[in-house]
Amino acid sequence: MATVKDFRNNVRPNWCPGCGDFSVQASIQRALAGLGKEPHEVAIVSGIGCSGRISGYINTYGFHGVHGRALPAAQGLKLANRHLTVIAAGGDGDGFGIGLNHFMHAVRRNMDITYIVMDNQIYGLTKGQHSPTSAHGFEAKTTPQGNIENAIIPTQVALGAGIGFLAQGFSSDVNQLVQLIEQAIQYRGFALVNVFSPCVTYNKINTYDWFREHVYNLDQVPDYDPTDRAAAMQMVVKTGGLATGLIYRDDSRVPYEDQIPGYPEQALVEEELALSEEIFQNALKQFA
Amino acid sequence: MLEQLSWKVGGQQGEGVESTGETFAIALNRQGYYVYSFRHFSSRIKGGHSNDKVRVSLKQYRAIADYTDVLLAFDQESIDVNAHEVRQGGVVIADSKFNPTAPDHVRLFSIPLTKIAEECGSAIMKNMVSLGASACLLGLPIEIFREVVEERFLRKGQRIVDQNMEAISRGFNHMKELGGADPEFALRPADGTRRLFMMGNEALGLGALAAGARVMPAYPITPASDVMEYLIKQFPKVGGVVVQTEDEIAAINMTIGAAYGGARALTCTAGPGLSLMMEAIGLAGMTETPVVIIDTQRGGPSTGLPTKQEQSDMLAALFGTHGEIPKIVLNPATTEECFTVVGKAFNLAERYQCPVIIMTDLQLSLSKQTTEPLRLEDVVIDRGAVADEADLAAAAGGEFPRYRLTDSGVSKRVFPGTKGGLHHVTGVEHMETGRPNETAGNRKQMMEKRMRKLQGVEIEDSVVRTGDESPDIAIVGIGSNIGAIAEAKEWLQRDGLKVAHVHIHAILPFPKRQLQEALSGAKQVVVVENNATAQLRHLMSFFGVDCPHAQSFLKYNGQAILPVEIYEFCKEMN
Ligand SMILES: Cc1ncc(C[n+]2csc(CCOP(=O)(O)OP(=O)(O)O)c2C)c(N)n1
Ligand code: SF4
Ligand SMILES: [Mg+2]
Repeated sequence: MATVKDFRNNVRPNWCPGCGDFSVQASIQRALAGLGKEPHEVAIVSGIGCSGRISGYINTYGFHGVHGRALPAAQGLKLANRHLTVIAAGGDGDGFGIGLNHFMHAVRRNMDITYIVMDNQIYGLTKGQHSPTSAHGFEAKTTPQGNIENAIIPTQVALGAGIGFLAQGFSSDVNQLVQLIEQAIQYRGFALVNVFSPCVTYNKINTYDWFREHVYNLDQVPDYDPTDRAAAMQMVVKTGGLATGLIYRDDSRVPYEDQIPGYPEQALVEEELALSEEIFQNALKQFA
Repeated sequence: MLEQLSWKVGGQQGEGVESTGETFAIALNRQGYYVYSFRHFSSRIKGGHSNDKVRVSLKQYRAIADYTDVLLAFDQESIDVNAHEVRQGGVVIADSKFNPTAPDHVRLFSIPLTKIAEECGSAIMKNMVSLGASACLLGLPIEIFREVVEERFLRKGQRIVDQNMEAISRGFNHMKELGGADPEFALRPADGTRRLFMMGNEALGLGALAAGARVMPAYPITPASDVMEYLIKQFPKVGGVVVQTEDEIAAINMTIGAAYGGARALTCTAGPGLSLMMEAIGLAGMTETPVVIIDTQRGGPSTGLPTKQEQSDMLAALFGTHGEIPKIVLNPATTEECFTVVGKAFNLAERYQCPVIIMTDLQLSLSKQTTEPLRLEDVVIDRGAVADEADLAAAAGGEFPRYRLTDSGVSKRVFPGTKGGLHHVTGVEHMETGRPNETAGNRKQMMEKRMRKLQGVEIEDSVVRTGDESPDIAIVGIGSNIGAIAEAKEWLQRDGLKVAHVHIHAILPFPKRQLQEALSGAKQVVVVENNATAQLRHLMSFFGVDCPHAQSFLKYNGQAILPVEIYEFCKEMN
């Protein structure tokens, strides 16, 4: 059986020392090993950004596409091979800026994939512009006098869109993050794990310390019921989107793949492609 | 007696114009006539003039005529808009309900279409009454409509079938009483051979099915949507899936994801969607992912003329993506070719591991036309270089060299999920293993590897030449203009000119050699295309076809090119 080591490769991340994304990388590796996956059974599809590089830093199949489009590519991959464990990953700009449209629709579509967002409230790769999750008033290169737009609260947007599995983690709490990722992968349907993953270089406000002070860890709220959607929404609103842990899950959903008429149990990539003469002749009748 | 017929039905959009035209066209196709229909419609569902023009002949013409023999009019506007093209002595059959008036050069038959229909059971059957009147005029028995009527209405009960046949019969008789059974309009009988009748989009869908396509993410757009609508009905039989995505950016990225996963995946769009796909087409080129994109051209730019004919995306298809990638662009011209081109596109995409764009135009995509037999054996599946056990074993312990440098530039693919095939794929410049690498040496090597794949490649039959040797005039065309050019050629030949028709079926790799050869010896060259800036002619000179005397016939008013227009243009040159 594969161990954490098997999910490591010899590529050295080009992340800054201390970047929150290292913990996300480690957590994914631990979660995959913990679930007994083999490296070739997993594909990580990522977007563009510092965070987007993650697909190259884990020893699985990896696809690094264009900015904001990890989710469509991941869904296409899942359709081609429903037996793969497909993880999409990227930054807050990638997922909630340029790619927000795809996020809403991936939630709605509900394919069995896991989406991990490394949310650092900043555009890291392009060196410090504000992002859609930057708070009002936040100063960045493109908001020198403070952000006059309001932030997107990913957990709120996800619940609003009707997501079936929602969790939020923090790079400082790897044990919790591993568990959340494991649950997200096991969940049959679209799962979001939004991770507060500090950018130590460009975001001097939302630092590790800031998050330590501000997150509200649901693991320490014994009577919180993650199957109650209204309560989840209330919690997200009440905490200003800073609740961490398992926020919501609904196990009654049927994933997209299970609802496609005539879609085979066997992965499409394994299917015989040649059309039978019988189906062809039948198809011609419509035009005769 | 008519050797061929140009027939048109017009009315308000949503009042059965399309179904009238289709019933007529299918019935005549089944009699063994060659039928070609062209729909004039606008981007709204109800209201606005629309018409369906049908060419019926004993020989295949893939073009509509510039004149009309018979016009069925459901409203006065249809007469006002179309009567000018009804030939001298031609016939207009109109509903008495609106007290029709028509210009003097036509013969007007005012028939109470709606009233008769109501007497038969429902006003909506006025189109059947009009078909009956048409049949009378053309000397056709009404029984030719029975099969189509049954297919349409039998599921609603025999009574509805009977009512419709009754409406047809009453229309026939009424026309007869008015003296409308005119031997001059009797259509010469056809041989009864049954052929297919379909539009380009349906042929593309069927071609995709035959080619083993299994995933089609797409976003609705005129005139492309029929392809996804067709496949969504067929895919359950073979286990495929159509996803209606949130936009075309999602569509192309999902297509790329599925192709990376090892499925045969395609998407289908029109100009606006093609523009949105450009960045990801570059991703497919860079990651060497075989995808097929169908672009059904319509009037651009922007929303342009969404329901009108144009061929103005050629430069976008060739040059729209930033950066440089190998790419193939195929341009089918007929429904038969639409059927085979999809399999060909997949084979090329997988053989050269690059995006392939299939370009149609609205006229080809939507014109229903008589189609010669389609055979499954004409579609072969060749998946190109895929790693086998030995390749995987050779890579054991390390990373699979997905982008291995080879003489051909093509490296073996391996699909995610394969044991021993782990590798990375990225749109960032990368090494043989797919790992990012921006060094100058690697960049040069990898760029050359990718571009090498199509160096010197000629797509078979990119240029098809028919007609005379050493012609006075060679007419170059692309896409659906094939019919208009073929017909103009015949007329010019009848006038004693030597004429060649040179049709281009692929513009990338640009068939420079084939085209040069096809044009050799031509005294004059005319390039016929549906756009304002002579894109095809400019491509010819861009790619080095030596043809300085080429002239352009351009049409960009949203209408199909007519044979007579090409004929007159060529006559003026001579
Ligand atoms: C279409 C397009 N627009 C812009 C860019 C430039 N760009 C690259 S990454 C990025 C934002 C990255 O921010 P985020 O997604 O939050 O990732 P992070 O670097 O913070 O991890 C931008 C704007 C691009 N690559 N592609
Ligand atoms: S710039 Fe920020 S997000 Fe990017 S690697 Fe450095 S710390 Fe991480
Ligand atoms: Mg960011």
